[in-house]
Amino acid sequence: MTVFDERVQKKAYGYYDRCLPLRDINKRQPIFGVFMTSSQLLGITTFAYLFSTLLYVTMFVFRIKGLGKFATGFTFIALIIHSAGIGLRWHESYQMGIGHAPLTNMYESVVFFAWTIIAIYLVIEWKFRVKTIGAFAVPFAFLAMAYASLSNDVTRGITPLVPALQSNWLIAHVITCFIGYSAFTVAAGLGFMYLIKDKSDNKRSSDDKTLLGSLPPLQQIEDITHKTMIFGFIWLTAGIITGAVWANTAWGTYWSWDPKETWSLITWFIYAITLHARYTRGWGGKRVAWLAIIGFVSVIFTYYGVNFILSGLHSYGSNG
Amino acid sequence: MAEKKSSGDFISSIWDFFASVQLAIVTLCTISLVSIVGTILPQKEAAEWYIQKFGPALSRFIDLFHLNDMFGAVWFKALLSLLSANLIICSIDRFPGVWKQVTADMTKTPAKRLFAMKRSTTWTASASLEIAKDQSTRYLSGKGWKIKAGETEEGILLCSRKGAWTRLGVFFVHGSILVILVGAIIGATLGFKGTVSILEGEGIGKIRSNDTGAFINLGFEVRCDGFNIDYYSNGMPKEYRSDLTILENGKEILHKAVKVNSPLTYKGITFYQSSYQAYKDSLISITDKETGKEKTFMVPFQKELPWKEEGLRFGVINNKSTGEKITQLKIWFADPSGPPSIFWMDAGNRVTIERGRKHYLFLGEQLYSTGLQVAKDPGVWWVYTGCVLILFGLFVTFFTSHRRIWLLLTEQGGKTSIYMAGSTNKNKIGFDKTFYELGENLKNLKP
Repeated sequence: MTVFDERVQKKAYGYYDRCLPLRDINKRQPIFGVFMTSSQLLGITTFAYLFSTLLYVTMFVFRIKGLGKFATGFTFIALIIHSAGIGLRWHESYQMGIGHAPLTNMYESVVFFAWTIIAIYLVIEWKFRVKTIGAFAVPFAFLAMAYASLSNDVTRGITPLVPALQSNWLIAHVITCFIGYSAFTVAAGLGFMYLIKDKSDNKRSSDDKTLLGSLPPLQQIEDITHKTMIFGFIWLTAGIITGAVWANTAWGTYWSWDPKETWSLITWFIYAITLHARYTRGWGGKRVAWLAIIGFVSVIFTYYGVNFILSGLHSYGSNG
Repeated sequence: MAEKKSSGDFISSIWDFFASVQLAIVTLCTISLVSIVGTILPQKEAAEWYIQKFGPALSRFIDLFHLNDMFGAVWFKALLSLLSANLIICSIDRFPGVWKQVTADMTKTPAKRLFAMKRSTTWTASASLEIAKDQSTRYLSGKGWKIKAGETEEGILLCSRKGAWTRLGVFFVHGSILVILVGAIIGATLGFKGTVSILEGEGIGKIRSNDTGAFINLGFEVRCDGFNIDYYSNGMPKEYRSDLTILENGKEILHKAVKVNSPLTYKGITFYQSSYQAYKDSLISITDKETGKEKTFMVPFQKELPWKEEGLRFGVINNKSTGEKITQLKIWFADPSGPPSIFWMDAGNRVTIERGRKHYLFLGEQLYSTGLQVAKDPGVWWVYTGCVLILFGLFVTFFTSHRRIWLLLTEQGGKTSIYMAGSTNKNKIGFDKTFYELGENLKNLKP
């Protein structure tokens, strides 16, 4: 009996990477007058984020404020290249006759994850006028892109969608979840930043005399962390909901306590605890910073761990 | 809140315990931690599997705490109930206080409290009290701040607020979680989940429950007219499709092609494409081209079948397949006119066979049965309502605020001294900007 029930269907998500790419996968169209493919653009993006990371870290470590503008500008251009890469991949899938939004396997979702991290970071930088956050947020985007480009766990071909994945709810699910995950990633970067600043002699303001002193005041880091987590929390909520609706239209069960669902709920609880702790008991500062980091670990486990660590224990997670 | 009741009162201390945020945090932590166990330990395996994997001692422990079906265990449900009780009691506990804030008469705010507010500004207007009052009222109303005026010892108090109701956002969030849980309970008690497998061309009137294994009568019939798989060029499945017909008392009510992500609902019962089985057997349609008579047979592999009325005998003696998919059939076909015909045909294609003066049209296909997940869940709309409500509640809770402004106008020798104060429960920096802008513009009003 060939069963394509829930477990097998879910395996498909993130695991169908191993399928053979279509035969005409290499038929790519020239873009910008040169022979450019999405994987080339995304490869350039990976190196651009590495360079962005170096710019932000150099700016922070050597306290060269002048570098800030350049770092922001460069990162913004990298984001545009990144967007073009995603757009082109989308276009390529249509050329292959299997057109779908590039959000349907491990590779594509990690690429989107990195894109959202940078987008959210740039908005935060623009809103709060703090450039040092870049040294704590941009590295995550680089690591995500490097993982997507280099890891053996991930196949990078454009694959057609198996029936279960042919759903607009899936697209909504991936977008909402990853906006949430990215916000939590930036919040974890801010959490690290808080703990480092906490070691400084100058906690209440920002100066250029010492390395740690150059970080923004603790109060401000905490405020930005909190706002970023709220933002992520709402999107994660929407992500869990869209996932439930998808599951319900695909196999008639909106919640089945499978490891992926359960871990997303655990993550949701961790941030719910964090928001309550701050609101009602005057928790703040260090504990919230730690919770931001713990929450991030839970996010990574929800996304990566369930597929690759728990997979050995579950029939649905095995490679195939 | 918690502190106002006497500590000696036993019932009120229990109440305070259930209303506390501490309990919420502890419960959420506990549910999270035990849930981890349920994600690491494979759930709902057979009892022997646990014994084999973990040995008798550990598997007895697993059995004792129902760790093999943790999320259905009584103690896990008790934890969820504790969370619900916490949500309900804390809401009842806090609602009156918040409601008071929402509905409070701002004109009754004591001047002492107004003067203690940090966000304030003061100036003297050259107009008389009445004119200053009218001017300010008109200006603020124009900006969307509806004014309520009151008389106080000091003079006239103009009050306005925006978004008072947004203080209720948190109740929407907490309430929506309860709505979702109610939906889950309704689904579990009044609904069912089942599966059914229908052979192509056949119909069923009952399905098997997933929980109990018992048959459930649908009250109508579901017929599978055909099952089809489409593939991509690389061999990956593109579409699973069952053509279903609903019949009541033998009358066809509706047809629908059910695909994954596109189920069929009839009378509150939904059918989801969930599996299929490919058989070695075939469906063979034979048409007598002269008479136009046609009949479809389910033909077991390598078995001879008769079409008695036409005096025909036939069978499938061999096939070719890729994987489980049969691509070609080798047909054995005889009629009284002479020695039997043996020929290969592509599955799904039509072939015309000449026998003496007669012509027969053959259509041969692989036999499938479709596997359907059947669900009735009257609670699902509660769940969806809760989901919409929670998003709405979170938005209100975090992105909207209750903003208030007061203008205290005091007569001062023909002129008017104005004291303006404001407060907000969130987004203080954003409100500062609005507040001082309003203040500046009010100062500059010409008499």
